[in-house]
Amino acid sequence: MTGSVAASRAPSAAVMTTLQAVGVQRAAWLLLAFPLAGAVILLFGGKRTNGWGHLLGVAMPVAAFGYGVVAFAAMLGYPASQRGRDLTMFRWIDVGQFHVNLGLQLDPLSISFVLLVTGVGSLIHIFAVGYMADDPERRRFFGYMNLFLAAMLLLVLADNYLALYAGWEGVGLASYLLIGFWQYKPAAATAAKKAFIANRVGDAGLSLAIMLMFATFGTVSFTGVFHAAHTASQPEVTALGLLLLLGACGKSAQLPLQSWLLDAMEGPTPVSALIHAATMVTAGVYLIVRSSPIFNLSTDARLAVTIVGAATLLFGAIIGCAKDDIKKALAGSTMSQIGYMMLAAGLGPAGYVFAIAHLLAHGFFKAGLFLGAGSVKHEMNDEVDMRRFGGLRKIMPVTFVTFLFGYLAIIGVPPFSGFFTKDGIIEVAFDKGGTSGFILGCAALLGAGITAFYMTRVMFMTFAGQRRWEDDAHPHEAPAVMTVPMVLLAVGSLGAGAFLILGSRFGDFLAPVTGTAPPSKGLFTVPGLAALVLVVIGVGIAWAMYGRREIPVTAPAGGFVTVAARKDLYGDAINESVLMRPGQWLTRLSVYADNRGVDGIVNTLAATMGGTSGRLRRMQTGFVRSYALSMFVGAVLLVGALLLVKL
Amino acid sequence: MSTFPWLTVAGVIPLAGAVVIAAVPSAGAAGDAAQRGRDKLVKRVALVVSLITLAVTIAMALRFSPGGPDFQFTQTDQWIPQFGVHYAVGVDGIALVLILMTTVLMPVVVLASWNDAEGGSGPAGEKPPRRSVKTYFALLLVLETMMIGVFAATDVFLFYVFFEAMLVPMYFMIGSYGVGQRQYAAVKFLLYSLLGGLLMLVAVIALYVYSARGGHQGTFLFSQLTHLSLSPVTQRWLFLGFFVAFAIKAPLWPFHTWLPDAATAAQPGAAVLLVGVLDKVGTFGLIRYCLELFPSASHYFTPLIIALAVIGILYGAIVAIGQRDLKRLIAYTSVSHMGLITLGIFAMTSEGQTGATLYMVNHGFATGALFLLAGFMITRRRSQLIADYGGVQKVAPVLAGLFLIAGLAGLALPGLSTFVSEFLVLVGTFTRYEVPAILATVGIILAAIYILWMYQRTMTGPVRDKIVGMPDLNARELWAVGPLIALIIVLGVYPQPVLNIINPAVHQTLVQVHATDPVPPHPATALHQNGGAR
Repeated sequence: MTGSVAASRAPSAAVMTTLQAVGVQRAAWLLLAFPLAGAVILLFGGKRTNGWGHLLGVAMPVAAFGYGVVAFAAMLGYPASQRGRDLTMFRWIDVGQFHVNLGLQLDPLSISFVLLVTGVGSLIHIFAVGYMADDPERRRFFGYMNLFLAAMLLLVLADNYLALYAGWEGVGLASYLLIGFWQYKPAAATAAKKAFIANRVGDAGLSLAIMLMFATFGTVSFTGVFHAAHTASQPEVTALGLLLLLGACGKSAQLPLQSWLLDAMEGPTPVSALIHAATMVTAGVYLIVRSSPIFNLSTDARLAVTIVGAATLLFGAIIGCAKDDIKKALAGSTMSQIGYMMLAAGLGPAGYVFAIAHLLAHGFFKAGLFLGAGSVKHEMNDEVDMRRFGGLRKIMPVTFVTFLFGYLAIIGVPPFSGFFTKDGIIEVAFDKGGTSGFILGCAALLGAGITAFYMTRVMFMTFAGQRRWEDDAHPHEAPAVMTVPMVLLAVGSLGAGAFLILGSRFGDFLAPVTGTAPPSKGLFTVPGLAALVLVVIGVGIAWAMYGRREIPVTAPAGGFVTVAARKDLYGDAINESVLMRPGQWLTRLSVYADNRGVDGIVNTLAATMGGTSGRLRRMQTGFVRSYALSMFVGAVLLVGALLLVKL
Repeated sequence: MSTFPWLTVAGVIPLAGAVVIAAVPSAGAAGDAAQRGRDKLVKRVALVVSLITLAVTIAMALRFSPGGPDFQFTQTDQWIPQFGVHYAVGVDGIALVLILMTTVLMPVVVLASWNDAEGGSGPAGEKPPRRSVKTYFALLLVLETMMIGVFAATDVFLFYVFFEAMLVPMYFMIGSYGVGQRQYAAVKFLLYSLLGGLLMLVAVIALYVYSARGGHQGTFLFSQLTHLSLSPVTQRWLFLGFFVAFAIKAPLWPFHTWLPDAATAAQPGAAVLLVGVLDKVGTFGLIRYCLELFPSASHYFTPLIIALAVIGILYGAIVAIGQRDLKRLIAYTSVSHMGLITLGIFAMTSEGQTGATLYMVNHGFATGALFLLAGFMITRRRSQLIADYGGVQKVAPVLAGLFLIAGLAGLALPGLSTFVSEFLVLVGTFTRYEVPAILATVGIILAAIYILWMYQRTMTGPVRDKIVGMPDLNARELWAVGPLIALIIVLGVYPQPVLNIINPAVHQTLVQVHATDPVPPHPATALHQNGGAR
């Protein structure tokens, strides 16, 4: 297939065509094979791999990262129009008109994720060697982590929606296994199940989207769907967009499927860093940007995406303000930051680049923040209550400095990465124009201020002030195996934003997939300056509340908003009253009806046919006889009927 | 085409094995030790015989040519010439994969049931009745013959005979060897099945009568009955005769209530055959007999059956969530899954019917594995109540891990075999009936709830008192369930060899019912169809 054929058919030049993978890119299956092999060996190898399991577990992502860099270099060698490359591994399902290959697509978008997932993934695996050193099940942990990487890489590399779905549910499984890693803790087991089920609701949306694609276009491959998308009717593309959005909401913990992410913090901290901050939870953003040819055709679907994003960015930020558990504060923040990415993705071609750029930058700084939190937790006897921290700045200087870098990045202080990527999103939101653009822009601005507040609060409560921990904790700096990954992520937090955004480097790189974005208006725009002002205000309020005063060890009662935010803004309460309670009712009613109603009628019937129910007890011999009798009656009937027919 | 009677041989081997086992004399006065020796011999014979049968059917499957004639390995002999009854056997792709599933499950069940006849998995304190080991294994092998026969028969009368005869061994396996309310469950199973069987019998005879019209020699041969021209009204009545029998067998809502009782009372191995194979006879009957013999009636009843199937999917899942008994829970999940299979069949699309057929196979393996693993657990703890478990993962990680894989197959996780079939059913339904497909998709959320909640309650949390010291799977149990787990994974990643066998048979069925796949309104160009570059 040549590019010109497709280009002449499709009016939208933004739809990318792919060529066969050649040369070194033909080995792209290695990206899946490395971590998958790690998972299989570690999980099925059992105890005999305990001794060296963690080493294999680290080697596999590092190898995948190595190959990812090679494939990336090869891609840079091609002209921009030829950077989409496809590798068919084998024919997966072939029935009627339903043909699906297990194929991989290397293009600027997928390679960005490959580098993020394997790069940050490798660092977190290395960190986990130290973090999980005392856990007797460390080998199993690395098996699950490798399984996650394999599924995540399938998710971002698949060249069709069904294979993407396989990766999509695969990461859900890995997330389930890792949230519930300490499954002897009931809270962990419950949180794991909750995450999987909330995700399944989203997955149902994604799977319906795939069915609708097949029913409409007769294919589920990216190229097929994207090139035919413009021929579909407006209701069809809008329905597709909304179903994809439902899928994205589940995976990325966006309203209304957000409630699982806070509970997911029951998992070991490296899991929170890798899966529930840097990579898996951002898959929803990937899905929407990947499906840009569909979203480009439906303003309604895009509007829905921006509304979800804007609402969640405020929702998560407010929760982040009230949590005393450092991991939950960061989880609220993750929800909020992904809200920014969703908002950007919903803004169309102008926003796609910033969505992905912020996603990559967030991958560095949020992973760094979580590893910092893990490092603190590790030294504090697994304490996560920030009211029990304080004054750790001097005791854990490396953790402090790396955490500080992540902090500056997330609140968007120049020249740290968030300044470039998040302010870009605020700017694009205002550029949308009209009332909706103004509302979305203001929400994003307000979010920036709240972000500055809650992150400053975390900084003060953890690293500043007096020590408030119990006497049996003896914190000191983490070992090098943990601090080196933190330092590298801090470097990323500093440089990633400027590297990607300045000179529209990343925008040009992604252009074959997302279309050409309009040029940025410059570094310091009016919305950008307004954001900086709000950040200063947020930091100032946090300093007044937590920096200036001593922090009480027990939380004060708090006002209405604080109490609501501590309870995750009643997300669980709503789920419970709207879904769980009626569901339990329905279940009980059905079980009762099944036993009494349907079965009751049948039992009466059976009793009439086979004698009274009391006789059933004496059936030891009776039931043999009844069978023989029935057979006999049947045979007589049969022979009689046959004779009748013959005569 | 070779003239070697593959199907007859495959069917006779287990029967011969059963005769050999029956001929092993009891030790009688020679004492318990001698009896145990004899029992061991019986079990080994049963295992070897089931493995030989498996080998024969695999050899047969390798000779099957998917592009070849519709029915292969055919054999037609006069049986009762006066009434046009033939011993006629043959398989299309659908029957072949179901026979293979049966012969794969058989050695697994024999191995898993090793100790079931001597007491098995009954609740603590229940006094096991006097049970003969050799009868149990002879019944198992007889049942295998019947199951092969029912899938292989191409004469409707012969099919009916196997369909009814199949009840006998299963009836005794539940009634004499089961646990709990086994006799109640066995009688209920029997009465239900007989009721359906009688209705089918009437329809079978009527078919013969119609085939004899106009002075022809009447026949029961499937190949000739498909050419019968019946008035629409007649078709509908006869359709119903077959349909009710199959709907009870499958079972379809609201004919399902015998299944949870029977599956709960049966030993785990027998439950695997009951849910894994016997239920499939119902759905196999729908696709082979209801659709192909009565095309216009099939279309007429499609809306009703799709409604029953969708209700069954949701109802089975909801009731499964509320169960407190492990085996009962798994039985209700099967009610839900059988609804999906029926939905796929009556969607009348290639994807739906191929998916449904593949689902029959995958469900046999996945639910089989789940039943066996639950059984291994029940044998250890001597309780079927979910509330009696907790923290099993800590003491028996291998058992818990395999249980999780089997459970994930139950919720159709991609990468496992059931996903392929479930998605094909859903997508095949969606192209024709959007709303039923959407409702059925809600079932995948419910599936996550009943599987993961069951896993949470049994495997996670603190280790319960009576779970402490529970041994992990032993070698025999691993050998029994390992192949099923392997098949679940392999067929999830690479299902195409099985799909290649099923596709032509489904195509033939669709031609026979005059159904064509819906055409997408905005098709992508052929260049872009297959994912990426050519």
